[in-house]
Amino acid sequence: MGAHRYFCGNMKNIRNFCIIAHIDHGKSTLADRLLEFTHTISDRDMQAQVLDDMDLEREKGITIKSHAIQITYPFKGETYTLNLIDTPGHVDFSYEVSRALAACEGALLLVDASQGIQAQTISNLYLAIDNNLEIIPVINKIDMDGAMIEEVKDQIVELIGCKPETILLASAKSGIGIEGILAAIIERIPAPSGNVDAPLQALIFDSVFNSFRGIIIYYRIMNGSLKKGDKIQFASTRTDYFADEVGVLKLTMTAKDEVKTGDVGYIITGIKNAKEVKVGDTITLANNPAEMIKGFEEVKPMVFAGIFPVETDAFEELRDCMDKLQLNDASLTFELETSQALGFGFRCGFLGMLHMEIIQERLEREFNQTVITTVPNVSFIAHTSKGDTITVNNPTEMPDPTKLESIEEPFIKAQIVTHADYIGNIMTLCLGKRGIIINQSYLTSTRVELTFELPLTEIVFDFYDKLKSSTRGYASFDYHPIGYRESDIVKMDILLNSEKVDALSALIHRGRAQDFGRKLCEKLKELLPRQQFQIVIQAAIGAKIVARENISAMRKDVTAKCYGGDISRKRKLLEKQKEGKKRMKQIGNVEVPQEAFLAVLKLD
Amino acid sequence: MAGVYIHIPFCKKACHYCNFHFSTSKGLQESFITALLQEIDLRKDYVTEPVSTIYFGGGTPSILPSSEIDAVLSQLSKTFTIEPGAEITLEANPDDITPEKLQEWKQIGINRLSIGIQSFFEEDLAWMNRAHNAEQAQNCIHLAQDAGFFNLTIDLIYGTPTLSDEHWKKNVDTAIALQIPHLSCYALTVEPATALDKLIRQKKLADIDTEKQARHFEQLMEWMKASGYDHYEISNFAKPGFKSKHNSSYWQAKQYIGLGPSAHSFNGRSRQWNIANNALYIQSLAQGTIPAEEEVLSSEQQLNEYIMTSLRTMEGISLNKLLADFGKDKYDTVLKTAHSHLTSQHLALENNFLKTTASGKLLADGIAADLFIL
Repeated sequence: MGAHRYFCGNMKNIRNFCIIAHIDHGKSTLADRLLEFTHTISDRDMQAQVLDDMDLEREKGITIKSHAIQITYPFKGETYTLNLIDTPGHVDFSYEVSRALAACEGALLLVDASQGIQAQTISNLYLAIDNNLEIIPVINKIDMDGAMIEEVKDQIVELIGCKPETILLASAKSGIGIEGILAAIIERIPAPSGNVDAPLQALIFDSVFNSFRGIIIYYRIMNGSLKKGDKIQFASTRTDYFADEVGVLKLTMTAKDEVKTGDVGYIITGIKNAKEVKVGDTITLANNPAEMIKGFEEVKPMVFAGIFPVETDAFEELRDCMDKLQLNDASLTFELETSQALGFGFRCGFLGMLHMEIIQERLEREFNQTVITTVPNVSFIAHTSKGDTITVNNPTEMPDPTKLESIEEPFIKAQIVTHADYIGNIMTLCLGKRGIIINQSYLTSTRVELTFELPLTEIVFDFYDKLKSSTRGYASFDYHPIGYRESDIVKMDILLNSEKVDALSALIHRGRAQDFGRKLCEKLKELLPRQQFQIVIQAAIGAKIVARENISAMRKDVTAKCYGGDISRKRKLLEKQKEGKKRMKQIGNVEVPQEAFLAVLKLD
Repeated sequence: MAGVYIHIPFCKKACHYCNFHFSTSKGLQESFITALLQEIDLRKDYVTEPVSTIYFGGGTPSILPSSEIDAVLSQLSKTFTIEPGAEITLEANPDDITPEKLQEWKQIGINRLSIGIQSFFEEDLAWMNRAHNAEQAQNCIHLAQDAGFFNLTIDLIYGTPTLSDEHWKKNVDTAIALQIPHLSCYALTVEPATALDKLIRQKKLADIDTEKQARHFEQLMEWMKASGYDHYEISNFAKPGFKSKHNSSYWQAKQYIGLGPSAHSFNGRSRQWNIANNALYIQSLAQGTIPAEEEVLSSEQQLNEYIMTSLRTMEGISLNKLLADFGKDKYDTVLKTAHSHLTSQHLALENNFLKTTASGKLLADGIAADLFIL
């Protein structure tokens, strides 16, 4: 039937796959080689790491948004369509990874020959196995000094129970093994299944914002087909749109009349706001709607922080920019927040700390905004003595302790893969962060996977840096939320000259509060400029002061000489000084520079 | 009333802390005087009012032969209207002061000497790389007074690492005992790109101790008050009738013309400054061009300069002038900002003048910046 009718788009000649790899293990380089080898891209167009097209992604060396590209490859007398679906490489975006995996039938498991398997690789691998993906293990960088091919082979065999001879060897950088990888993709990954005559079901695995075309949706068709001009519907919202343009993703978008079962493509409907398009949602036909594909979740922000304009009167401008940012980043949520210290701003929800950093940088780079980001916190659940349940995304929302029955905080399951030498250090770190060890298993005689349950809030602040320094970088880390647990959380306030600074308040476990307060006061002492009067910095839980630092008054601030030639030079200097003061926030009589509001992230 | 400043850009040796424009090579001295006379002629229209003060600064004006100073003075008399009894000051270094020179200066019309004593102690002078020694510091004052110069001012520097609290008191006591009617006392300042700056950065010298500087300044204010000197500007103290008329004009936004390389001029609305390079200065004037840059002050800049300079003086900021010259809005803004400084008693309001208190004098720059309008 289908096989006879469609020669070119033949489902049996389609392979949908992704690459699972740890940062720096060579995923982007391998993608480049596959595109070159199959002439999907000419040398002239070759720009290293084609798939990561945001500036920030290149800089941070990670993929923030997933992308897809179609490769055409002749093999043993037939022409195959290979859809490479790129997946985000950071734990903040693990839901998006899971949807990208759901769009594939197979995955290349790419492991660096000198680094071995890392935590993130493991958790994404488990996700892939859960999705019944065919796993093709590839050891990359085999020609590098320090390659431990046999040891890494053992790790892989141990992990997925494959035969050693099924593991491919490659060097993406030098172009070794590329042909073998292409052959394995075709021979080992199953062709998509699905019924071309069934009602349309297309899984949305990504969307991007294009300032000319609006939102471009990427999907994989599970059943049925999608034609240009179809009236479509999203299963989660049951809202209808027109398919203005459909097509497949070559190096650029290539419009088609129809995209059929098993294939990967894009659709443009004129939607302008990314919020209307949800990753994991199902595209169906409005006049013949099908069920939603399993696994859809509304993405929930994990970390919350305030973003305020430095200049109070720049609020409206910032609102504009936030709206625009949200157009192409649906995972960003925000609502109005008013701070006594900082005026009007937004309480923003982020997928994680990296996401928060990206948003802040995009505001500054793309939108030219100067903003203050406040202490981030996770989402707590407060139960009041009256029986109400309140979601607390902001320290100011925490009910008074006298009216509190209990508080719950989110926990995560964390996987850490490291060298056996660092088990002790990691234990100390995680137990110090209120972690509970759940499992310890040796991947090889020297590589260990540790599993902890940890409060998410402890990860937010400085966990990554600490982990890195206590293992000299030889540890990788991944986590998944595992729900809420009751916990003794208190609100820590910071007072400057007896005035509470709401923007510096933090929610923290009682057992860690004193130490935290002391360090925060010390840090603020470093960051606040000396002023003409003494500044007292205090950390308080309720009415109890738990830490205090003083900044003594400036002793002398006057130029000795001010004669003819000094006047204009001196005036300019003082004008500059005044300009600098304008960029600080006046809290009571204390001037607070921008960076002090994030002091909490820089504690030792 | 206008002032004339003449910059003499030559020194015998370089003091470690000095960032004024000077050269220790004397090769260009003669052609410099020629250029200077030429500049006076070219700029005869800059000053619109009679000249009441003339000030030879530097550099070290006292290293010039008196005949050259005389030539400059004659050129000034030919070009401008000099008021009778005008204050004519010459900056002199102790090692240049001899009975002969003093007589010559007297004869050509110098009536006020500003002597760069800095300290009466050997270790301080050596630390600063001054050209004179402690004995010369004492001696030159006697010589000046013997020659009939009573309108004298000396410079003292405090807050140097070598200067103990006792020696600082000794320095001030000595000046008072010598009956010097005017003192300029400067906190040692590390100016960028000076030898001192470099030595501190290379950790060859200790950095400035601001606590010590503040202490010396507070002690100074006390001692001078007890001895009947008016603290009429942050760094200047005078017995009644001995304030520097010339320097006061800088702080009262009066007209002045600056002649010579690096010298600054002000005509009420714009500032201009000559190039700070002896050779280029001479070259440019030989071609009949004044080598100067100009900056026209906006109303805000004029206000800021007025705030900055007047806040350094004992009179303070005149609120009447503020209102009359800059208008109600700016007047209100300044008063509003002043409020917190009045509360902290760094500022006081007296007879419609806003002035620094003793504690406020230590913080005058920060207060001025705060009162600025951008």
